[in-house]
Amino acid sequence: MNNRTRVVVTGLGATTPLGGDVPSTWAALLAGKSGVRLLDEPWTEASTVKFAARVAVEPSEVMERVEMRRLDRSEQFALIAAREAWTDAGSPDVDKERLGVVIASGIGGVTTMLDQYDILRDKGPRSVSPHTVPMLMPNGPAANVGLELQAKAGVHTPVSACASGAEAIGYAMEMIRSGRADVVVTGGVEAAVHPLPIAGFASMKALSTRNDAPEKASRPYDMDRDGFVLGEGGGVIVLESLEYALARGAKIYAEIAGQGLTSDGYHIAAPDPEGAGVTRAVKFALRDSGVDLAEVVHLNAHATSTPVGDVAEANALAAALGEHISHVAVSATKSMTGHLLGGAGAIESIFCVLALRNRIAPPTINIDNLDPAVKFDVVRDAARPLPAGQIAAINDSFGFGGHNVVLIFRSYEG
Amino acid sequence: MALTQDEVLAGIKEIVVEVAGVDAGKIEMSKSFSDDLEVDSLSMVEVVVAAEEKFGVKIPDEEVTKMGTVGDAVNFIVGASK
Repeated sequence: MNNRTRVVVTGLGATTPLGGDVPSTWAALLAGKSGVRLLDEPWTEASTVKFAARVAVEPSEVMERVEMRRLDRSEQFALIAAREAWTDAGSPDVDKERLGVVIASGIGGVTTMLDQYDILRDKGPRSVSPHTVPMLMPNGPAANVGLELQAKAGVHTPVSACASGAEAIGYAMEMIRSGRADVVVTGGVEAAVHPLPIAGFASMKALSTRNDAPEKASRPYDMDRDGFVLGEGGGVIVLESLEYALARGAKIYAEIAGQGLTSDGYHIAAPDPEGAGVTRAVKFALRDSGVDLAEVVHLNAHATSTPVGDVAEANALAAALGEHISHVAVSATKSMTGHLLGGAGAIESIFCVLALRNRIAPPTINIDNLDPAVKFDVVRDAARPLPAGQIAAINDSFGFGGHNVVLIFRSYEG
Repeated sequence: MALTQDEVLAGIKEIVVEVAGVDAGKIEMSKSFSDDLEVDSLSMVEVVVAAEEKFGVKIPDEEVTKMGTVGDAVNFIVGASK
C-alpha cells in the first residue's frame, strides 16, 4: 500500500495457565483445555471467588531462587517469556542502541506492594525489603527485560488496564516504523492473583462466582456467563523490521500490519453499549494496516465472559466489519486461559500469529447455549482450519478507563 | 549474651547465601561484600536487617557504611552482642 517500514514477528515466548512456554500453551489451546482451577490458598475461604487461572508452571521450576527473590512475580513472568522469545528469534546480534523493549502490565507489582505492607505493619519499616520499589513499579517487567538484553533504544510501559499488552505491542511496532529501533521485545504480563485484587473485582461484580465448577466459569458468549476469571502469566514477542529480519535470515512467523487506538469517553469501567469506540478502532486498524477486509479470516476477541462486555463487543465488531463478519472465524481464548489483564493482549497476539502461521483457529470452550445477541461465527468446541493464501487476523483488547486497542496481523508468505 | 566470631561468621554466611546466592565457600573474613561477593547496596540492606534479626543486635546505618568486609560485620556484631 505504501513504502512504510514493514514490521514482522520473529520470536514468541509465554508462560500461561495452559503451559510454561509457547508450544505447550498452543497445544493445550488447540485441544480446548481449561487452565482455570480451584485455589488452595487459605484466604480463599473468606473470598467470594475461590478460583483463578494460575500459570501452569511455577517460576521456581525454571528460575534461580536468588534471582526470583528480587523480582515481583510479574517480572518473573516477563523474564521467562522474554528469554523464550529471544531464543526463539535466534538471539539476534543487534546493535543495543537499536534494540527496544516495550512490556506492559495492568496493575504492576501488586502482590509485592501488599506483601511488603503486611511486613511493614507486622515488623516495622526497617524490615521492608529494599527491593520493594523496583519490584512494585509497573515498568519493572520491561525494565528487567531491558536490563537483561541491554536494550538502549528505549524501554517503555504503556498502562491501559486490560488493553495494556496490546498497546505495548502497538507501541513497539511504531518504534520500528518510526526508525527508533530495528528490533523490539514486546508484550504484557500480569500477576494479580491475590485476595485484594480479587475482592476488588468481585465487588464490581466483574468476576464469575462459579465456585462449584471453575473450569466452566470462563464462558464467553454463553447465555449463562457471569463474569471473567482472573488469570496470570504473560506473553512476549520479538518484532523487527522486515528488512532487518531478511538481512539476518530470521524465521518470520507473520507480519504485524497495523493498529487502531481509540477511547470511549463513556464510563470508568462499563463498556459503551454501542461500542462506537471499538468500531472506530477496528476501522482505524484496517486503514493503518492496508489489509483488505477480504483477507480477514480470523479474530481473537476480547470476550472476557462478562454479561455486558461480550455483547457490546460483538455489536461493535459487527458494525465495523459489516457483512464480511460472517466470513471471520471468531475465537474467545479467555474461555481457556482466563483473563490475564495486562497480559491478555500479548498472549492473544501470539495466538493470532500462530493461527495465521499454522492456518488454524483455536476453539472457544464452555458455550452450551450461544447468546443470540452474538450473530457472528464463533469457533466452538474444536479448532478449525483457516484458508490458504494471504490471510489476516484481528486481535482486539479493551481496558477499564475506556481504552480500545486493535491489532492486525497478516500471514507472511516470504 | 556474647557471641563468638565463629558463630557470627557462620550466621553471616547463611544470610549472604540466602540473600545473594553466593557460594558459601567464598565467604571469608577478608572478603569485601561489594567487590568479592557481589553483594550490591540493596542486598547489603537485606543482609543487615537479617543479621539484626538473627543476632538480636542493632546495626546503625553509619556502621553499615563502614562494613566493607565480612570481617568488619562479624567483629561489629560480636562487639555489639557483649
